[in-house]
Amino acid sequence: MKLSPQRLLELYRQMLTIRCFEQKVVDCHKKGLVQGAAHSYTGMEAVAVGICAAMRDDDYVTSTHRGHGHCIARGLDVRRMLAEIFGRATGYCKGKGGSMHLADMDRGMLGADGIVGGGIPIAAGAALGCRVLGHDRVVVCFFGDGATNQGSFHEAANFAAVNKLAVVFVCENNHWALSAGFEATTAVDNVADRAAAYSMPGHIVDGNDVEAVHAAAVTAIERARTGEGPSLVECKTYRWEGHSVFPRPDPRPAQEIEDWRKRDPIAALLQVLLDNGILDADGQSQIEEEVAALIDEAESFARSSPLPDPETAFEDIYV
Amino acid sequence: MTRQITYSEALNEALREEMTRDPAVYVVGEDVGGIGGLFDVTRGLLDEFGAGRIIDTPISEAAIAGAGIGGALVGARPVIEFQFVDFMTIAMDQIVNHAAKLRYMTGGGVKIPLVMRSPICTGISMGAQHSQSLESWFAHVPGLVVIMPSTPFAAKGLLKAAIRDDNPIVFLESRRLYSVKGEVPEMEFLIKIGKAAVHRKGSDVTIVATGRMVPLSVRIAEDVSDTADIEVIDPQTLKPLDTQTILDSVRKTGRLVIVSEACRSCGFPAEVAATVAELAHDDLKAPIQRVTSHDAPMPVSEPLESAILPSDQDVIDAIQRVMAKG
Repeated sequence: MKLSPQRLLELYRQMLTIRCFEQKVVDCHKKGLVQGAAHSYTGMEAVAVGICAAMRDDDYVTSTHRGHGHCIARGLDVRRMLAEIFGRATGYCKGKGGSMHLADMDRGMLGADGIVGGGIPIAAGAALGCRVLGHDRVVVCFFGDGATNQGSFHEAANFAAVNKLAVVFVCENNHWALSAGFEATTAVDNVADRAAAYSMPGHIVDGNDVEAVHAAAVTAIERARTGEGPSLVECKTYRWEGHSVFPRPDPRPAQEIEDWRKRDPIAALLQVLLDNGILDADGQSQIEEEVAALIDEAESFARSSPLPDPETAFEDIYV
Repeated sequence: MTRQITYSEALNEALREEMTRDPAVYVVGEDVGGIGGLFDVTRGLLDEFGAGRIIDTPISEAAIAGAGIGGALVGARPVIEFQFVDFMTIAMDQIVNHAAKLRYMTGGGVKIPLVMRSPICTGISMGAQHSQSLESWFAHVPGLVVIMPSTPFAAKGLLKAAIRDDNPIVFLESRRLYSVKGEVPEMEFLIKIGKAAVHRKGSDVTIVATGRMVPLSVRIAEDVSDTADIEVIDPQTLKPLDTQTILDSVRKTGRLVIVSEACRSCGFPAEVAATVAELAHDDLKAPIQRVTSHDAPMPVSEPLESAILPSDQDVIDAIQRVMAKG
């Protein structure tokens, strides 16, 4: 299923929104507005956007500590996202979750997650729950390459496979944990190779090519929804920023970072749009201005939002 | 006389009734299907409800926990089973970092209607990895409800209430109670979560006991009734704790003994003792006594295990110590 020109434009706008949002988070962290940690999705935008473009509105997502991109691709409101990251009462979690626990049941966003690999068993469980309830919804489970060395990944992959659950496991292989490289920590060349251990298809995709990501997602989601079981889609990509907004020495080779920056997924999609006459320079400027305005408005909203009443700290522990 | 059924039959009835009432209720765990669970609690349910709702799993405790949490998130009402409470340690990330906290972390954006059943298996020579009493671990975690039924009546009423509750609940059964019979009405009933049960009225000593220690304490209370009039309270829900019922009793008796199978340090009895010391110290006639397992891993050989577990004599001695004062 090829994406229409109109759809490609939408995806471009989403990717640009993620990029601008993440830049805003970094800027606001420097200004002391961000409470706690935040992990930049910059450079990986094609993965969230390409995958989510193949989903239905009523499907579910489990996300990770690096989850802003998934939220935006699922249509969450950037104003309430930024307010949450600022620890404000108007945020998605009323200031209790911050960046790493963004969630919105109305958009099927079951939650970012501060535990690497923690969302994977939950994704399989959500798919089992959907089956019991008679829903034909698919659960897309995002995680990084590091999570595939957690037991939770292997337990959930086997569990999903043996029960033919409607899960799509999406590994965002950005090649680095906080400071440890993929090769130094992982016994296979490709995360997708691990799919064979659970008799599920393993796809390797250029994670910086949104159309390729989307095509793989369409195949995997179709398989999941028709009861054929889970797939593992490995999207090879790269994070441009350090592990988190907290400055730490970055052990990654400068040349490697530079090489990946040259493979900018947003620039690549823009080129497709320009080459095919879907977008011209004026249109490009217009989208850029609109996205920048949206993100600036999000900052205004978040800044002007109240901090939570301390009394609310004692709410939401139990139903 | 009301009919008598066993503790495991009571649990089985609770599951059957709730699964019949609500199609969103289902069971997930190791060996819960064909053989009806290692301890017969799910016996017959596979035939009645099918493999779509009585779901056998691989030996994957984190996946079992995730199955429960994920299902609860999307609006189902799973009941998951861990074969021994000791095995819940394998799933602690899912239970502690996820089930307990998802509602809070999302600012109330989600709810986790999940029951996590598991047996405490003391006193059957199963050794250090199959005989722990870990209720205090779970009671320490905000967001979890912890329930320990001590009779067939409580087992049925509390499990039914737990399945209808919207919170993540750790429901800890006692292996040696499974075959114990007790009165359970034919008619439907629920037991309120967060409410203690007073199993015996008395005026001299308050015993607060949990799980298998409740019937043991009631029996001892009868045995020593010539010398001490003992009130036996079963909190039933360890968290949130019905502090009021305990305080009311202690204010009446002035003496408190707490009986638990868990090992001593930092356990639930310490929480009860501290609460009473904070709120009813002036009503106490004698120092609070704890009767617990020793701080040791549980050994297999019967005389060794008995040496570690609280004995009848330990409870009697504690009663005598508090009765010697005031």
